Amino acid sequence: MNHYDAIIIGAGAAGLTAGIYLSRAKVKTLILNEGTVGGQMVLTHEIANYPGIESISGYELARNMKLQAQKFGAVIKSNIKITSFDLKSNPKRFIVNGKDEYTSDVVIITTGGRSRTLGVPGENEFKGKGISYCATCDGDFFQDKEIIVVGGGNSALEEAVSLTKYASKVTIVHQFDHFQAFEHYVNEAKNNPKIDFIMESKIVEFIGDEKLRKVKIQNQRNGEVLEKDIDGVFIFIGYVPNTEMFEDVLELNQFKEIVVDKNMATNIEGVYAAGDSIAKRYRQVTTAVGEGTVAALSAAEYLNKFEKAEQVAEESVV
Amino acid sequence: MLRTNLTHILSEQEHAKLLQENENVMVCCGRMGPMCIPVYEVMEELENEYPHVKFADMEFDIPDARVIRDLPECRNFAGLPFVVYYKNGKVVKATSSIQSRDQITSILDQYFGQEVKETATK
Ligand SMILES: Cc1cc2nc3c(=O)[nH]c(=O)nc-3n(C[C@H](O)[C@H](O)[C@H](O)COP(=O)(O)OP(=O)(O)OC[C@H]3O[C@@H](n4cnc5c(N)ncnc54)[C@H](O)[C@@H]3O)c2cc1C
Repeated sequence: MNHYDAIIIGAGAAGLTAGIYLSRAKVKTLILNEGTVGGQMVLTHEIANYPGIESISGYELARNMKLQAQKFGAVIKSNIKITSFDLKSNPKRFIVNGKDEYTSDVVIITTGGRSRTLGVPGENEFKGKGISYCATCDGDFFQDKEIIVVGGGNSALEEAVSLTKYASKVTIVHQFDHFQAFEHYVNEAKNNPKIDFIMESKIVEFIGDEKLRKVKIQNQRNGEVLEKDIDGVFIFIGYVPNTEMFEDVLELNQFKEIVVDKNMATNIEGVYAAGDSIAKRYRQVTTAVGEGTVAALSAAEYLNKFEKAEQVAEESVV
Repeated sequence: MLRTNLTHILSEQEHAKLLQENENVMVCCGRMGPMCIPVYEVMEELENEYPHVKFADMEFDIPDARVIRDLPECRNFAGLPFVVYYKNGKVVKATSSIQSRDQITSILDQYFGQEVKETATK
């Protein structure tokens, strides 16, 4: 039978850490992961603020965490889809890919977040053919070309500056009249002669043939639409938590983040959450790792109590 | 050489040989970067599930990768990795940028058939 003591949903920094702690404590642990093991760490070229490691690629750190969790006995299934689940039942149940059933006594949710997309016509069509979400991956395709960076936060401004290494001109398109970034990023962008700004505006359509050729940009104040010829568009407009599947089940805040207490417990008994999918202020590998630890230790404590309670219940039936 | 468990194509000659010796081939041409790693991971998993397909990678920055970079099917690509699917040595499909497992398997099933799934249910 596919029964585990603990099931962790998501194999990013938080999930892998929880997996390391639980399996090391001999808790039979399964990690179910929809995408690539490592989550957002894999999207990070260099992590330079992980204590004890001066600099490491996100891929390397993710790989080490994965091997460590597996070494202690955690089972990881990646590239799967949870097609239905019941967190309130006892044991908790998950159906994967519409056929395989897994059950557990405790669950830790660490589904993290993903890049926000604009969701406008043409965006999917021109992904990889002019539209990109990764400056370090695709910047060199735009040598001496004109590009747009969409967004007004730290990543948008930082990446806009880094893209001036390649592009002949970078135009930042931002929906507000001010930026939500640290002052030094704003100043660096403003002082860069290759960077222009179109403020209070949004891209409303991507136009092209075999590749991206133009964008339609709408001014948010007067509604006017400008058509601009462009070679590439890089989109950095923040992240959304991967919590859609829990919307009617778990308590979420207005940003759709999972609400937890200091033990990382959710509103359902035996269900914990950690990392970027929870309501919190700072989204970093270190915070995800810390919360993954707390969630694992709380889950282990719950399992102890749960097993004792089960034992008492069984004995009283006898 | 890319740090994957896939077959590595290191030269134009190796690329030609691979196409000659295998009916169905999927080559992922990329770097050890955020958009490429997820594709390699899916390919590593699919090697067991699609034994009738040869999965290989090639480093985007080596000169011999022009066999992929210069394909007419990749002319408009501006996102890593470049993934090319070959049937009997001919390009049947090419994709640019990150792809999910579902996107990859639907291409494999469409162009290379579903041999494995049938075998698995026997
Ligand atoms: C480009 C970039 C650069 C960054 N740089 C740094 C840095 O330098 N230093 C730093 O400390 N932090 C950095 N961060 C932030 C850091 O990467 C994240 O805060 C951290 O990795 C979050 O970890 P997590 O485990 O909570 O979630 P994630 O890493 O998002 O992992 C969640 C996992 O859950 C999976 N999942 C999602 N939904 C489901 C589902 N329904 N079922 C099953 N699995 C699911 C996902 O596929 C993913 O693998 C960066 C982030 C990005 C995007």
